[in-house]
Order: sequence, then C-alpha cells, then structure tokens
Amino acid sequence: MSPEDQGKTLAVWRGMALAMVLTGAAASAAGAQSSDGSFTSPSHFMQRDGGVIYRTVCQGCHMAAAQGAVGTGAYPALANDPKLAATGYSVLVVVNGSKGMPPFGALLDDEQVAAVVNYVRSHFGISYPDSISSADVKLARP
Amino acid sequence: MAEQRKAQMSRRRLLATIGTAAGSSAMYQAMTTLGLAAESTYKVPIRLEGDPKGASVLVLGAGVAGLVAALELHQVGYKVQVLEYNDRAGGRCWSLRGGDRFTELGGFEQTCGFDKDLYFNPGPWRIPYHHGGILNYCKRLGVSLEPFIQVNYNANLHARNAFGGKPQRLRHVPSDFHGNVAELLAKAVSQDKLDQPVTAEDKELLLEALRQWGALDDNYAYKAGVLSSDRRGYQRDPGGGLMDEAVPSEPLPFAEILRSRVWFRLALGQIYEFQSTIFQPVGGMDMIARAFVREIGSLIRYNAKVTAIKQDDKHVTVTYVDARTGGTPMTATADWCLCTIPLSVLDQIDLDVGAPMMDAINAVPYGAAAKIGLQFKRRFWEEDEEIYGGITYTDLPIWQIGYSNTSYGSPGKGVLLGAYVFDSPYAYEFTALPPEDRLKKAVEYGAQIHPQYETEYENGIADGWHRVPWVLGCFGRWTEEARKQHYKDLCDIDGRIALAGEHASNIPAWQEGAVLSSLDAISRLHQRVVAG
Repeated sequence: MSPEDQGKTLAVWRGMALAMVLTGAAASAAGAQSSDGSFTSPSHFMQRDGGVIYRTVCQGCHMAAAQGAVGTGAYPALANDPKLAATGYSVLVVVNGSKGMPPFGALLDDEQVAAVVNYVRSHFGISYPDSISSADVKLARP
Repeated sequence: MAEQRKAQMSRRRLLATIGTAAGSSAMYQAMTTLGLAAESTYKVPIRLEGDPKGASVLVLGAGVAGLVAALELHQVGYKVQVLEYNDRAGGRCWSLRGGDRFTELGGFEQTCGFDKDLYFNPGPWRIPYHHGGILNYCKRLGVSLEPFIQVNYNANLHARNAFGGKPQRLRHVPSDFHGNVAELLAKAVSQDKLDQPVTAEDKELLLEALRQWGALDDNYAYKAGVLSSDRRGYQRDPGGGLMDEAVPSEPLPFAEILRSRVWFRLALGQIYEFQSTIFQPVGGMDMIARAFVREIGSLIRYNAKVTAIKQDDKHVTVTYVDARTGGTPMTATADWCLCTIPLSVLDQIDLDVGAPMMDAINAVPYGAAAKIGLQFKRRFWEEDEEIYGGITYTDLPIWQIGYSNTSYGSPGKGVLLGAYVFDSPYAYEFTALPPEDRLKKAVEYGAQIHPQYETEYENGIADGWHRVPWVLGCFGRWTEEARKQHYKDLCDIDGRIALAGEHASNIPAWQEGAVLSSLDAISRLHQRVVAG
C-alpha cells in the first residue's frame, strides 16, 4: 500500500482505520499462496479468471450456484436476476457496490471486473450473448 | 550522499519520523485530526428526567444498542418490548463455546467442539479503558473484567520475506529499531548535521533523551550489551548461584529491519484504542449480553423476524414472523420505535420512513471480516514459548494470532484466535470458503509461525461475517463522503422511529459506538415524549 493509499484509508475510515493500516496493510511482495491467485495480496484481488473470482470472492454472499441466501435479510440470487441483462448494471454494482454490498472497484481492476461479470452472465443458467471489455469497465468507473 | 540527505532532512521531519516509529506525537496528531482521540461525551450514568406518562417503545434488535435502550427506558417507566431475530440476546456481542451450533448463510452448520470453559468471541473481543459507556454497564450489571493483552513483547512479528521467514519476538524489533534510529540521530545532532540550529541546551537534552530512549551506550552507540539486552532480552538470561553468566543478545541488522517492513506494526499498541488498559469480560464477551438479560430478559421476544415497520402520527406497528417456522405474521404496536437492526438488513425491510433516512440506510455498505477460533491439545504457546496472552502479527492472510488472555498456565486444552482479518481481500476469500476449508487454511498459515500446530491442533470454528444471517457483514463501513451526506439523516428521528447501533455512531465496529448511539437516540426520543 502506497503512502498515498494509506492516507486515503485514514481519511475514509475512523475507528478501525488505524488498526487496519497497522495490522494488515503492509503490502507484501511475497509470492502467491494459492495457485489460483487467492490469498495473495492484502490490498488487491490477484485472481484473473472470472470463474475463480466468482468462487473465491462473490460466492461468499451469492453462494456457489449464484442462488443467493436468506437470513433476516437476503443476498439476491444472480441466477434468475433479469437486471443482469444489462451489462452496465452488473458493472456498476460490482464497482460501486449497492446498499449493503461493498464496492469492489478498488479491489478489482477493469479486466477483473469484466472477467467476473462476463462469467456470471454466461453461467448459472444465464447465457447472455453479449460480453463486456475492460474498456467498458473503465468508462463505468466514477 | 546519504550524509547529505540526512543533513537535508529538517529537524521537524526527522523528529516526526521518529515520532511515528515510536508511536508518539505524530500518531497522536493524526488520531486527533481524525477525531479518534476525542474524549467520549457520555455522562455516567444517563439521566432521563421527566415522566414518560406510560409511553411505550418497541425496540428492534437485542444487541448491545437494543439492550441498553431497553434497560434505560424500562427503568424510567416506559412500556418496553424487544423483538430479536436470534434465540439469544447480544447480537455481535457473542461467544461460542463447546456444543454451540452456528448455521451460516448457505446452510453450512458448525458445532463448536471446544472443551468446557473454553470460548471464542467471533465479534468484539476487547474494551479500551476509555470506552466508558460499555464499561459503565459492565460495572452496573456486575460483569467481571480482566485485562486484555494487546502488546505482548514476547509475541511475534512475522513477515514471510523477512528474517528468512522466521518470526521475531516483538521485544527485538522496537528495541533495535529505536536503538538504531537513536544512534543515527544522535550522530546527526552531535555533528550539527541538522539544517536548523539547535540551542546548546536543547542539543544536550536531545542527546540525553536519545541515549535513554534508544538504550545507547556512553558513545551513543546501539550494540550488543547489557543496555540493549535490558530492552530486547538476553541470549542467556541472568541466573542465580553458580549458574552460567548472562549473555547479551545480538541486535538484528538494521537494514534487515527496515526492509522487513515489520515496523509497520510498531505503533500498534500506541493507537488510542489499543493502549493499556484494555479489558475483556471474564468467560466471554457475551457475559455482557447475559447480564442485560438478567435485568430485562422478560421484555425480549426471541425468534422474531421483522418484516415491516409502519408508522402513523400516533403509533408504530411492526410486523414480524417466527424466524424458525415462518407462519402467520404477527404485529406489535407502540408509541415509539427504536430500531437497531443492521442497515444491511433494514434496507430490505418494508420501512415507513422519509427519503432522507431511507437514503442514509441505503448508503452504508457492510465491511468484510473473518475470525477463526482454534482449539489445541495444550497451551503450547505458554509451555514452549512463554507467550502469555497478546497478539502475534503476520503478513500471512490470517493477519493475527490472538493468545488466550486468561487462565494462564492451566493444564489441558487451549483456544486461540487463529485468524482475524477485515476489510481486505483475505476477509472475502476466507468468507467464500466452506468453514472446514477456512480452518484448514488458518492451521496451514499458523503452522508457519508455530510448528506445534501440526501436532497439537484439534478443532475450530470459523466465522466469515458476510455469512452471518442476521447482519450480512461485520460493521457499517461508512466513507467520509457518505457520512457527510447521510449520517445526520440516519440519526435524526423520523416521525416515531429512531435508529441506533454501531452504524449510527462515529465509533464503527466497536460496542461503545452501539452504546453511545443508543443513549443519544433514547435521550432525544425521551425529550420528545416528555415535551408531549
């Protein structure tokens, strides 16, 4: 994490901010811990493949078959979500987050966002014919 | 060249650099700027003056914020009813013990296999001395406290690429870092290499201070000897009788410390929230929730899943169903409502409030965190390594190993915190794994620091907070911009509904935030009631 990033983290957060910077954010140049790129960096996802990103990140909430989950609140199923028809919508949600969902724009680069959006839109019984490029993602960033 | 650069560095910058490393002025200044070092405005105890005239309040959620509100409002004569989704009170004030079962979203069920009296706090685990709100309830409700060890000089700092991957005792790193910095600075000062003149008197004081601070010898050198070993420990400790004489230890090479980046963590114990004294409830964090339940447990209806919150100019009506069986919706009505439901859940409930509060509710994403408790056949960290409580920090994805801060030296099994990571890809990655794989990872990483893991590990329980069904994340992760735009709207009372919880505080993710938010909300609500 660069000093500038640290500054941003400090400005954005209170309370846990310093704890975070001082506990874990010392970016390490250590080699990959997992061959798929997960558990490799404390500050950025390193997975490149859309399916791997889905399984090692998104699945935490949206579940293995993109079926979502229900507790007091719910995580939406992606599998039957007609909103996914619009590539722009999917990209915006991943980059900016939505309501309780955190933004992933700072943790995934344009190519990674495109890869995972394209993966979701072509799996779990979904098969939209169009796909998006990292250039599309770049345009969608705030 | 290096000499030149040193000379170019101004006194202020140099001192600030040291301040940061030492965790003193610069760190404090940064914290003050951020409001972290501000005193709590909480007055002990809260006084709700005036007659509520039989008014009723429906409290949603029996976490810390809800319990505080229920206790205080009940005590001054409100009719209080609490609806809670879980079959227990406490919310994130939560401890897991042997036999406890936890089913996370996605259906993975874990049964805690810990021995009797061993526990793990998946949520908050420490209470700083200046969190006067939560500490006051501990005092009033008779919750026994014991020290939480934040800084243990015999715990480890570990970085995969530093010191050959060998964990370093915390006592070695600050001693050697400070010693070397003091030596460098003393040289610069004594050779008048600073770009601003220092008065002769200041120079003398500064040199003396550096000698004391850095454990330097009479020649302002930091090197192996009694002075430095009194900080970093000996290679062979002094003994008694005719035992072998003490042998001083050898400082680590300064360049290696610099390159290791483990200095990142040197100021950790100087963070306001991590400064001694820090407490933990004896027996688990949920002792606080249990103490509240002893007072006001009869007011709580458990297993109630709120589905709608409606208000008119006289009442608030809440619809809920049985969380286990569903079934026919039931309603509860009161004059007022204090809602402590996490925003990540509240944003999915049919809620009758105006656009400003609604926009605020929708503006707060929930942070990721993973915490893992591991049971071992014996307390090897005490028996083999003289680590009694405290925390080892590592750049491995587990980030921290938290040693048991209680029952030191007890025979039998022991539990430690095998991972605690938040707001990092690691937190999401742990959460995305099935619980048994989270445990496998935590054991695999931990064994790189304590090889004893390989033979002593028995069982564990792993919590990825985005999988917790009743909060969908760990805490309200406000951005500064969102706070500017929405925080006041979140906290302002909307008609007959007020919100409270750590998410409605400037101390996110701390129980103190929940307490202060709740006290503030009920105080404002009470003013309205009394004013008629």
